Amino acid sequence: MLRLHYNLERISMGLVAGIIVAASIGGLVEIAPLFTIDETVEVPADLRPHTPLELAGREIYIREGCYACHSQMIRSLADEIDRYGHYSLASESAYDHPMLWGSKRTGPDLARVGEKYSDVWHAAHLVNPRAVVPASIMPAYPWLAATPLDISTLSAQLATLARLGVPYSPERIANAAADALAQARPDGAGGAGFVARYGDRVAVRPFGGDPARLTEMDAVIAYLQSLGRLTTAPYVPQ
Amino acid sequence: MTADQRHGAEIDPATGYETTGHDWNGIRELNTPFPRIVIWALALTFLYSMIAWILLPAWPIGRDFTRGVLGLDQRQIAMQGYAALERGRDDWMAPFAAGNLDALAADPALMARAMPAAQRLFADNCAACHGTHGTGGPGFPDLTDANWLWGGSPDTIAETLRVGINSGHPDTRVSQMPAFGRDGMLSREAVQAVTDYVLALPGSAADAQSAGAQVFAENCVACHGENGNGGLGTGAPSLVGARWIYGGDRAKVLATIHGGRQGVMPSWAGRLSAAEINLLAVYVARLGANNQHAEAP
Repeated sequence: MLRLHYNLERISMGLVAGIIVAASIGGLVEIAPLFTIDETVEVPADLRPHTPLELAGREIYIREGCYACHSQMIRSLADEIDRYGHYSLASESAYDHPMLWGSKRTGPDLARVGEKYSDVWHAAHLVNPRAVVPASIMPAYPWLAATPLDISTLSAQLATLARLGVPYSPERIANAAADALAQARPDGAGGAGFVARYGDRVAVRPFGGDPARLTEMDAVIAYLQSLGRLTTAPYVPQ
Repeated sequence: MTADQRHGAEIDPATGYETTGHDWNGIRELNTPFPRIVIWALALTFLYSMIAWILLPAWPIGRDFTRGVLGLDQRQIAMQGYAALERGRDDWMAPFAAGNLDALAADPALMARAMPAAQRLFADNCAACHGTHGTGGPGFPDLTDANWLWGGSPDTIAETLRVGINSGHPDTRVSQMPAFGRDGMLSREAVQAVTDYVLALPGSAADAQSAGAQVFAENCVACHGENGNGGLGTGAPSLVGARWIYGGDRAKVLATIHGGRQGVMPSWAGRLSAAEINLLAVYVARLGANNQHAEAP
């Protein structure tokens, strides 16, 4: 057999160089395509970023580890399209940092769950999944309804995402906390400003059920109801 | 020149392999050669990857990528597979796209083929709220009883599925039970009185001269009907009998009158095809007949 490896092992710096070359091939293959990702992922014209309330819900979704059991990626397989709808497009999560595609499904895929069930169902289901789906093995998250939503960091979160290319204007960043309140209060004072900043396609309603209180439940349900509804691109025949 | 000659290692008599030549207090380490089968597997894998580069989509080139000689596209394959699934269902699904649901429901051969599929469609989309057997739960109507908010014919059910109730659909059915107590439309006493009256319904048992009866006549009959029987196509349920959507004990009825109810049924247009909606409508219309166990109050 070749003696290359045997001889290389006898020269320590040669071995180090060999390891670096071998390891960097793997790295390059994974990293190099990302240099052109801005050109390869075509962002649909009607793609909207998450609202501040939905973004807060997304943070709670990550905090509670929902992604450990729920994927947000409908794969391009016939039976997945049959059950969940059109396969997920890369452009749908262009504004997600990080994306939450996942590959582990203990529960169903959530990529298109937005507006599939009512807010009341989501609230009852999150407080006690067995109350509406007797066979469910999902844990209960009753504290979401009892915990007031922390909106103090939303402006900073939007500003961070804006630096990553998500279209949050300075106006959106400055009004993040007020917009989070406005989206859950249809009759509140901030409604007009919210609609002006995020458009009338976005749902404005008391997601958690009580317009008088802004809880983590409002945020999580607002986020869940937005899934698969940030753009119409997958639903338009190509 | 062999390896053991080159660095003077000795051959282990038990295995026939050479040792590394090092000696740690009399312990010597075998220099076992790498298994041939692994080398071959590695070589074959490498060879396969070269062939795959040629046949399949592989390398990114700027905005594009190498398409491969076979021209395979996973998205196309998936959509073709999905189209094949749809074609496989076509012989019994196609009649549902055309409508005329009462005639379809009267065809036993078609029902025998379509209803098992409708059951799976129901489990995937409807069971989360209405339950696996359609018996509902607190806040979600029972689909197996004789009470219908908007009508129980297959065509009416199909329309409810299509536009939803209090949904985001432009043609949505709208049904709002006002918050008589919270919004100050009725005094606390009036809410209490009308609660007692509703609990005493039907009208033959309730006191028609009571304060509750008057409040009921002024505020409730427009939607729930003079006798509280519902079924007026307003989405308002019957208040007579033992079946309640939000619970029938005094505290629950009081909470409903005080705080109102605005139940939401999502619109399924767009998520389900017209044929699937019609199929589900026929299935739901038949649920009551198929769920005798749920008929007990």
